[in-house]
Amino acid sequence: MRLNLTVNGEPRQADDVWEGESLLFLLRERLGLPGSKNACEQGECGSCTVYLDGTPVCSCLVAAGQAEGRAVRTVEGLAEEGDLDRVQRAFLEAGAVQCGFCTPGLIVAAHDLLARVPDPSDGEIREALAGNLCRCTGYEAILDAVRTAARR
Amino acid sequence: MTSPTGTVPTRTAEATTGRASGGVGDSPQRPDGALKVRGEFAYSSDAWHEDMLWGTTLRSPYAHARIVSIDITEALRVPGVYAVLTHADVPGANLHGLERQDQPVLAVDVVRYHGEPVALVAADHPETARRAMRRIEVGYEVLPPVSDAEQAVHGDVPALHPGGNVVRHVRVVRGDQDATADVVVRGEYQVGMQDQAFLGPESGLAMPAEDGGVDLFVATQWLHVDQQQVCIALGLPPDKVRITLAGVGGAFGGREDLSIQVHACLLALHTGKPVKMVYNREESFYGHVHRHPATLYYEHGATHEGKLVYVRSRIYLDGGAYTSSTPAVVGNAATLGVGPYDVDNVTIDCWGAYTTNPPCGAMRGFGAVQAAFAYESQMDKLAEALGLDPVEVRLRNAMSEGSVMPTGQVVDSPAPVAELLRLVRDRSLPTNGHGESVDLRAMPGGVSNTTHAENVVRGVGYALGVKNICFSEGFDDYSTARLRLQVVGGEPAVEVHTAAVEVGQGLVTIEQQIVRTELGVERVTLRPADTTIDSAGGTSASRQTYMTGGAVLAACRAVRDRVFALARAKLGPEPTGLSLVGGKIVAATGGVLADLVDVLGGNVIDETVQWRHRPTTELDPETGQGFAHVQYGFAAHRAVVDVDVELGLVKVVELACAQDVGRAMNPKALLGQIHGGSTQGLGLAVMEEIQVSDGLIRNPSFTDYLIPTILDTPPMPVDVLELADPHAPYGLRGAGEPPAISSGPAVVAAIRAATGMALTRMPVRPEHITGTDH
Ligand code: FES
Ligand code: FES
Repeated sequence: MRLNLTVNGEPRQADDVWEGESLLFLLRERLGLPGSKNACEQGECGSCTVYLDGTPVCSCLVAAGQAEGRAVRTVEGLAEEGDLDRVQRAFLEAGAVQCGFCTPGLIVAAHDLLARVPDPSDGEIREALAGNLCRCTGYEAILDAVRTAARR
Repeated sequence: MTSPTGTVPTRTAEATTGRASGGVGDSPQRPDGALKVRGEFAYSSDAWHEDMLWGTTLRSPYAHARIVSIDITEALRVPGVYAVLTHADVPGANLHGLERQDQPVLAVDVVRYHGEPVALVAADHPETARRAMRRIEVGYEVLPPVSDAEQAVHGDVPALHPGGNVVRHVRVVRGDQDATADVVVRGEYQVGMQDQAFLGPESGLAMPAEDGGVDLFVATQWLHVDQQQVCIALGLPPDKVRITLAGVGGAFGGREDLSIQVHACLLALHTGKPVKMVYNREESFYGHVHRHPATLYYEHGATHEGKLVYVRSRIYLDGGAYTSSTPAVVGNAATLGVGPYDVDNVTIDCWGAYTTNPPCGAMRGFGAVQAAFAYESQMDKLAEALGLDPVEVRLRNAMSEGSVMPTGQVVDSPAPVAELLRLVRDRSLPTNGHGESVDLRAMPGGVSNTTHAENVVRGVGYALGVKNICFSEGFDDYSTARLRLQVVGGEPAVEVHTAAVEVGQGLVTIEQQIVRTELGVERVTLRPADTTIDSAGGTSASRQTYMTGGAVLAACRAVRDRVFALARAKLGPEPTGLSLVGGKIVAATGGVLADLVDVLGGNVIDETVQWRHRPTTELDPETGQGFAHVQYGFAAHRAVVDVDVELGLVKVVELACAQDVGRAMNPKALLGQIHGGSTQGLGLAVMEEIQVSDGLIRNPSFTDYLIPTILDTPPMPVDVLELADPHAPYGLRGAGEPPAISSGPAVVAAIRAATGMALTRMPVRPEHITGTDH
């Protein structure tokens, strides 16, 4: 099938999409946006988190066809004019990035949290990020990064 | 087909250069950090080529079976399929393996574990490949599984490999073998099968080359050991198998053995097209080795005063179907089997066994993790038998510099075991904050709302751990670094090239820091790791900062000598004691003699250095005596837990760690290692286990195999000691593994303290706490 959607503000089209493909596959393999990650492809890790019409979703659980006519924003679309978003900067500075495979999903999830709750408590941060697994950091630096981003 | 070695082919721009400032001891930003937060860092699963095919692997549904037939006719008929391959298509030895080549690339006449690769498919879409795979007809004759390691060693079970079912047996004996003691405690302990659960799935892209060779972009832990194995399996010389590191999404030991390497190359060479392979999470559970499950029998004898007199133990490690790293795991468990304690009389027997369970191999802290659970449980039992505080009994036996290990090796660098334990003990305890308003997120059971602090009991537990750093037992362990210094755009610039694998730990940052410190050059770029340079050894055994750090340091010194020779030629004989600081050549008196840029002119200084740590020796085959380890790393943990004793649910409230690292090369990255390692230990203590029954993996998903989330992970305060090891570069001590060893036992000790249950198995399950597991 042919799909039309908006990705990071740009109209995009994809042809020959098989009905069983996920939005994650579409982004990564057909649209050249591999920033959203594929750690589990079963909705358990959050590494594939993107905004779909402004709401964060696990793109591995969304069929590509469901994105027809809708707006997707990925981690690649967070930096404005090349300047890192405050959440991206804070992750970098706090040492919240090791292997970085969890990072794109966590950054989108944290970006969404701070848009809804400008000054979250530690408990609120933990609850909001509980769907994003990280195997490297033990989350301490990630908490730090979100606290720092909130202060900016 | 052209094959651009050097960069992973993808659709996004990527470069691994960095210009952050900061030398040794600072915490500059990672050179790959900006790319990672932008989503532009090229991981192995991001590799892409417009002409590429997708490869998939058909795996055995049985733990143990004879293959009577394989029919690929129907699979080949599926439109879009380019190749269906079996063992008959493997041109080389059809064998691979880290320490022994005993594992088929594709199974021939028998499968020895659930998930063993049997056939490969390449097709134009991953779904086409999967559909074709389902049409491969394999006839199996199911054989009984061999599921128990202890039985595999001693029992009457069929031999799974020509030499029998013992992969390795190590016996360590020291002192009086008949020693007796005032107080004796015995125990039998078990450790479950843990998974590395790195987030980046096994993946890569193989590209056939015009010279009949292949270029492979892959996430791994040791490029050259992959290359060797691919060459053996494909029957190609090393110059025809060129491997470049693609971005690695974590490793923790799980990428030491091959996954897609030979398979993707085989498919690429057969089809003449680039082939991408990416495991999904379920396949990842089948596609890499796990932490060895263990059964450990221990007997500790002590005086009435609590001084250890003897330790006797028998340890069984389940190696699963193939050898992998089992020999090294057995060596570690045996030589570190009494822990960081002084004991004169020791008898340890440790076996690694072949079974038809999933193959087990490397995972962070291997061998040491399993032993630590048993010896630390024993120390708590001893404390109870003596009526002593658990910390006190450990302090009375803590080893120190100059102590003699059970192998007879004298520890010749700082071993501040008692100090580490005091550091975690002396921290103030977290308050018991369950007041009027209950925060469910802080409760056992969390937002499932299972308790509002009724039936919740707090406990505090301690544990110590020790790990060998670098490769041991006489292994010729080296790393290689090439440095090029020249003037670029009016500035001195250094390019570093090694084959060392960055898995997330931050080695790339430390390489830059070392160059900045040694050569006073701000601009340091890193070439991608590949096999065009000699081996750096594996990213394992906490060794890369020590080994590749050591190689980069040695290469810096070689470059510096050349700079000084140039300076002499230009400036005439100069005083001794020169150094390079801030782009200048500086005299011992502190005066600036010349600008580095001027001295270099148009010269390119290019030095390659191979660097080794001091040699170790093999273990004596009868007594297990020998100078087996280069260095020891130590950590201590204190865990505080809340336990819902009615439901058996645990909330870890705080997990404090103290570790000696010799030198904190990059304090921020170091904290990341300590936090990450501690969390993996926590996972093993209370939630992580691959459930295997009759050789079958029952929970190959993140739905059923749980790793700690941010809600499961508590605040983790850390104390770092920096007591230099005189034998190591900068005095540093490998830091990645020690925090993964004592954290699990500390958490279990805390649950014991809260509940009074014996808890002889890790991970602890709710039914162990509620006593309803019978
Ligand atoms: S890849 Fe989508 S949740 Fe894990
Ligand atoms: S940094 Fe590796 S998974 Fe989070």
